[in-house]
Parts: sequence; structure tokens; C-alpha cells
Amino acid sequence: MTGTQDRQLAARARHWAGNQRLVILLTIAWLLVTFVPPFLARDLPFDVFGTPLPMWLAAQGAPIAYVLIVWLYERRMDRLDRELNQTHGD
Amino acid sequence: MVTERKAPPGTDTNDLVRQQWLRNRVHWRFGLYVVALLAFIGAMVVVERLGAPRAWIAAIFLLAPVALYASVGLACRTTNTAQYFVAGRSVPAVYNGMAIGADWMSVASFMGLAGLLYANGYGGLAYVLGWTGGFVLLGLYVAPYLRKFGQYTIPDFLGERYASRWPRLFAVIVTVLCSLMYVVAQIYGVGLITSRLTGFTFEIGVFLGLGGILVCSFLGGMRAVTWTQVTQYVILAVAFLVPVVWLSVKQTGSPLPHAAVGQQLKKVTERERELLADPREQQVRALFVEETARYDQMLLDPAASLASERAQLQQQFSQASRSGGGQRDMRSAERAWHQLPKDVDMAREAWTRARDAAEDRSRPLAGMPPQAQLFAGDPNGDAPQRATFHESRLNFLALVFCLMAGTAGMPHILARFYTTPTVREARQSVTWAVLFIAIIYITAPTLAVLLKFEVLNSVVGLRFDQLPRWITEWSKVDPLLLSVVDINRDGVLQLGEMRINSDIMVLATPEIGGMPFVLSCLVAAGALAAALSTADGLLLTTANALSHDLYFKIIDPDAPTNRRVTISKVVLLVVAMLAAYIATRKPAEILLLVTPVFSVAAATIFPALVLGAFWKRANAMGATAGMLTGLAVTLYYLGTRHPSLRALTSQVGPVELWWGVQSASAGVFGVPAAFLANAVVSLLTRPDENSVGFVDDIRLPEGG
Repeated sequence: MTGTQDRQLAARARHWAGNQRLVILLTIAWLLVTFVPPFLARDLPFDVFGTPLPMWLAAQGAPIAYVLIVWLYERRMDRLDRELNQTHGD
Repeated sequence: MVTERKAPPGTDTNDLVRQQWLRNRVHWRFGLYVVALLAFIGAMVVVERLGAPRAWIAAIFLLAPVALYASVGLACRTTNTAQYFVAGRSVPAVYNGMAIGADWMSVASFMGLAGLLYANGYGGLAYVLGWTGGFVLLGLYVAPYLRKFGQYTIPDFLGERYASRWPRLFAVIVTVLCSLMYVVAQIYGVGLITSRLTGFTFEIGVFLGLGGILVCSFLGGMRAVTWTQVTQYVILAVAFLVPVVWLSVKQTGSPLPHAAVGQQLKKVTERERELLADPREQQVRALFVEETARYDQMLLDPAASLASERAQLQQQFSQASRSGGGQRDMRSAERAWHQLPKDVDMAREAWTRARDAAEDRSRPLAGMPPQAQLFAGDPNGDAPQRATFHESRLNFLALVFCLMAGTAGMPHILARFYTTPTVREARQSVTWAVLFIAIIYITAPTLAVLLKFEVLNSVVGLRFDQLPRWITEWSKVDPLLLSVVDINRDGVLQLGEMRINSDIMVLATPEIGGMPFVLSCLVAAGALAAALSTADGLLLTTANALSHDLYFKIIDPDAPTNRRVTISKVVLLVVAMLAAYIATRKPAEILLLVTPVFSVAAATIFPALVLGAFWKRANAMGATAGMLTGLAVTLYYLGTRHPSLRALTSQVGPVELWWGVQSASAGVFGVPAAFLANAVVSLLTRPDENSVGFVDDIRLPEGG
């Protein structure tokens, strides 16, 4: 009985650790997409479809990246949840 | 019905089958609705071609959607607590995403954003970034934990997590403060659109709109609001996208505006260079410099100037009547007499406004920065240029930060995450929400560039005797919205001679682009949907915070549960009436306070929520101290620096900004202060052992 409980506690800790790692990683991605291009705006002389890169990033690129970030979070969390539930189902 | 019970796989197949069946029914109904909506718009285009009067078409476009929202609201009426507060926790992720989208797209986003980007270029993109990127914070740090907690309101979460009434009380105060301010702005917008479409006065417009709002939220609470918001999202998305695609096809032949916008931006930049070098534009600017100086002179002694203006007009009067026949002179003198300010205070106000407008137009490109320019100033220029650049960039980043953290702390959005069946679907609904919101937000900058192209190429250079109808019509509605003046008397419209209030750009887009009248009505209906849906969500959130958290949890915990919904409805009615009353006073200041509201939410609710889920050591004392500090710092900076609030409290004297940060971004100081205060006070006081179990529980998904 205690063995199962220990295993469950360990699985929960793993689940939370995985969640935290994911959150940190995606937060870094969010920071990079959000704050770095405007900060360097004047030093990024490239064009995307004719729009200056920092402008395109703020107008279209970043919002698309945000959709991808939350989608990735959702997918990875689903997997973490499944792993946790498998341990619980034992 | 679907209840709060979760269905672990294999335990209750009947329940699962029933859920699937309900879901399919919703999908079918939704698909049918979208098809019907598109068919309706198509039919109206045909009706217009057949020569139906415009007034009819406008009336149908105003009434049909409101009737639709009302019937959805009526069909969803309920007195059940779970249905009323959280839509029975049965909203599938994709529809919750859509409802969040409509809840989020306020009248400011729908009508104001593209106009702001038209007028300010890159600077306005801070709103695009902030209002989409905030959902990343929301999804990663808040939404799943709220859903797992699974109660009714945001103050609820804070009250239970910190096991104290103080965080709950502060959350109620912030919720009411933010939501009320925001809802007044929505109702103001509803009044404006309704009165434009129907010709009723603004006050009647406000109360008509209020009726539309109440029909949805009053009878069915969250359940009704959710499904009307889904309906409204579709309308506002179609209304926003169709004119942009139309413009893109017209200008470039491409039905993909987001890809075509680059080449248009290049052409806009070229055209801007031409206009900057145009001698007639320069002449106009010089004339406005003179006019600015003239107003400055008049403002030195408004009383004397007003007297001399009056004397001058009187002289014109007598001259005109003496020379006889001068009907036209008489009439113009009479008109000028009526436009003359009534007293010295009004004169000062009117002339200051006119002076600022003239000064705007004395600048290059009518005061608008070049569309492709990144920040004002120059990092390689002289000292003032460098300072301008750094301040411009710093304020951009600060505003982005405040809008994002504020988004993740907006009670009316957060409450929507209680309505999904599972934690998993709460996470999914974040993705759907960002997607639905991003669709609109990445289109707004595109629209701004296409509009700029249209105005610079097809409007500038028109002869004054051939101005299109929309210019004369809008300037007739209110010269503050749009005015043209041939100041250099060459009979040709220069860019500097036209003044457009950026808030009408989106409403006027179909007319600017020469589209059928039906599209003008569609855009107005979309704006109305945006205003109504946001107002619904805000009203419900305010009322629930007051009735559920203040009344039931703090004042009278023994009140019978069957009284809950009734009391919530009464509170809702009172709050709605109060908001409408404030809106009819036409508080221009309120509109300027929408952005600061995000700073307030960012510095109070957001830190308490994040630390509540991610840091077990955070306790009631810490949360209370954090919310108090965040609120105090933000309100102090706002109160002493924000122009509206300074005017309200009649503060005078110079404004000293901290590191040049604009007052609306007060959250830049408030958010770190709140986190810090929460952490320090939590560590200095005793840990709360009981909250550990709570935190462990909300971190687990279902079935754990």
C-alpha cells in the first residue's frame, strides 16, 4: 500500500517538474519573441514579404508564435497528464 | 444534462455517449448558423442591388443581430447556480475559445485599433503584441489551475487559496474597479454606434444598447452570455475580415491581404516621401504654423479675445444687413456666431483643442509618423534625438509588458476558464482563444496599411468640388470626427487639410474603399457585437464578484443558496444601470482610462494568482501585502501622472515621469512591487500549512 502511495507521490512530483520545465522553456520563447525584436528594431535591416522584419514580427509573426507556444504547451501537458494517469491506474 | 462530474474513461459509458451526442448537436447548430449568416449577408447584397432603401438595410442590420442575441439569451435562461455562474461547466474548448475571443474583442479593439495603427504606425503594434501575448501568460501560469480549482469567480480562487477574506476583498475591489471602468467604455461605444445607425440621440442609443446587453446576461447568466458571445464572435470576425479582403483585392488583386501588405507598405512609404517634398503640402503646413500661433495669441488672454471675436462678428452682421442682399454673408456670420464659445472657460477649452489640432497638422504628414518607421527619434543622432528614441522604445516595451500582465489578470476573461468541462479543455481553449484573437489582431495592421494607401492615393489630391460622399457625410455627423478645410485655397485636398478621428477609420473603411452599403452596415453590426459581448462579460463578472464574493462569502455566509442567483440578477441590474448612467454623461476621460486599467489588473490580480499556484510558501499576509502594494504603487503613479486623473483632481504643476515611463504603463512599477511585497511578507510571516494541500490539488490534472 505504502509502495503504491510512494510511487504515486513520485509520479506527481515528476508531473509537476515536467510542467515547470515546460513553462520555463516556453516563457523564454515568449520573452525572446516579445521583447527582443522591438529592442533591436533599428538593427534588423531585413524584410519579410516587403515589410521590415521587426514590424512584420510585431504585426504578424509574434501573434502566430503565441498560438504555437500555447498549442505546444497544451500538447506536451496532455502527454504529461497521460503518463501520470498511467501510474495512477496501476 | 452535463454536470460538474468528470467522466474517467470507461467508468460511465452512457455519460460519455451522451456528452458526445450533445457536442455533435452543438457543432451542427453552429455550422448551420454560420451558413445562415453568410446566406443572409449575400441576400442583403442582392436586396441592395435591387434598389432597397438604405434606411431599411441599416435597420435590418441593427435589429436582426440583436434579435438573434436576444433569442439565444432567452433560450439559455436559467436559475440553476452552476449554469448561471459557470455555464454548467459544459462549454467545449473551441466554443469557449470563441467566447473568449468575443469577450476580449472590445469596441476599442474592433473600431479603434486599426485606426490607431493608421495614425501611429509601429507604436500602435504594442497593443497587438500585448493583447495577444498576454494569453501566453494566462495559459501557462493561470488558466489550468483556475479550472482545476473549479469554483465560480476569481476572488473565490484567491480567497480559498490564501484562506483569508482579505485577498478576496481586494480582488473584489479590483474586479469592480477594472470591470466598471471598462464596461462604461463599451456602453459608450454601443450608444455611439446605435445612435449613428438609427439617428436616435446618444442617450436613447445607450439605453437601447443596454437592453440588448441585459437580455443576454440577465436571464441566463454565464450560460446565455457564453452562447451569445459565440454568435457574436462569428459576426465580428466576418465583419472585420470581409472589408480587408475586399480592399486587398481592389488594390493588389490578391485575396490574401496579409501577404500583399508588404508591397503596399513599400508604396505607402514612397508616396509619403513624395508628399513630404510636395510644395503644396509644405504650404499647408506653413499656414497651420501660423494658425497655431494665432491660437496661442488668443489663449494668452481668452476673455479679451472672446470679446474682440464677438465685436468682429457683430460688425460683419451689421455690414451684411446694411449692404442688403447678402443672404449668404448673413447666414455664415450667423453660423459663426453660434459656433462661438459661450463663456471664457469654454473658449479656453475649444481654442486649446483647435490649437493642438492645428499644431498636429503643421507637422509633416499631418502629424502621423511614416508608416514603416520604427520608433521616433534616432539612436545615432544628436542627444535629443537619442533621448527621443530611447524613450519611445522604452515606452513601447513597458506598454507591451503592462498589457500582457493585465490580460492575464483581467477577471472577465479569467472567469471564462471555469466553464470548460476539464482542465485539459481549459488548456485547449487557451489555444483556440489566441487563435481566434490573433486572426483579428494580425488583420488590423494590414487594414491600417491598406487604408493608408487608399487615403494617400485616392483621397489626397481630390478636388474640393468632387469630394466623395463619405467625407461630407461624416463631417456632417461631427466635425470632430472628420473635417476638411481648403486652407491654402487651391481647390485640391492635401493630406494636411484633412483631419480624421482614428476611431472612425474602421467604420468608414467600406465607404473609403467604395464598397456596397451592406458592408458598412455589416461593419457597424460587427462593432456592435464587439461592444455588446465585452459588456456582457464585464457586467456579469462585476455582478458576480459583488453578489457571490462580497455578499455570500463575506457579509452573509448563511444566506440560502436558492437566493444566490436572484441576488446576482438584482446586482447585475443595478451595476448595468449605474454603468449606463455614467456612460450617458459622455466621460471622454473614461475612454483614456481603458489602458491604465490593464496596469491595475496586472499589479494586483496577476501576481497573487501566479504565486498562488507556483509558490506554496505564499500566504495570506503576503498576498494581501502584495495586492495592496501593487494597487498603491500603480494608483499613485497613475493618479499623479495621468492627464485625465490630474484634470479630475485639478492637480497642476509639471509632471515628473520615472525614467520617462508614461503613466498608462504604471504597471511596470506596480507588478514587481506586488511580487516583491508578496514574497517578502510571506517569508517574514508564518507559513500556512493548510494551503499546501490546496496547491498540490490544483497542480494535479483530473483523475489524479
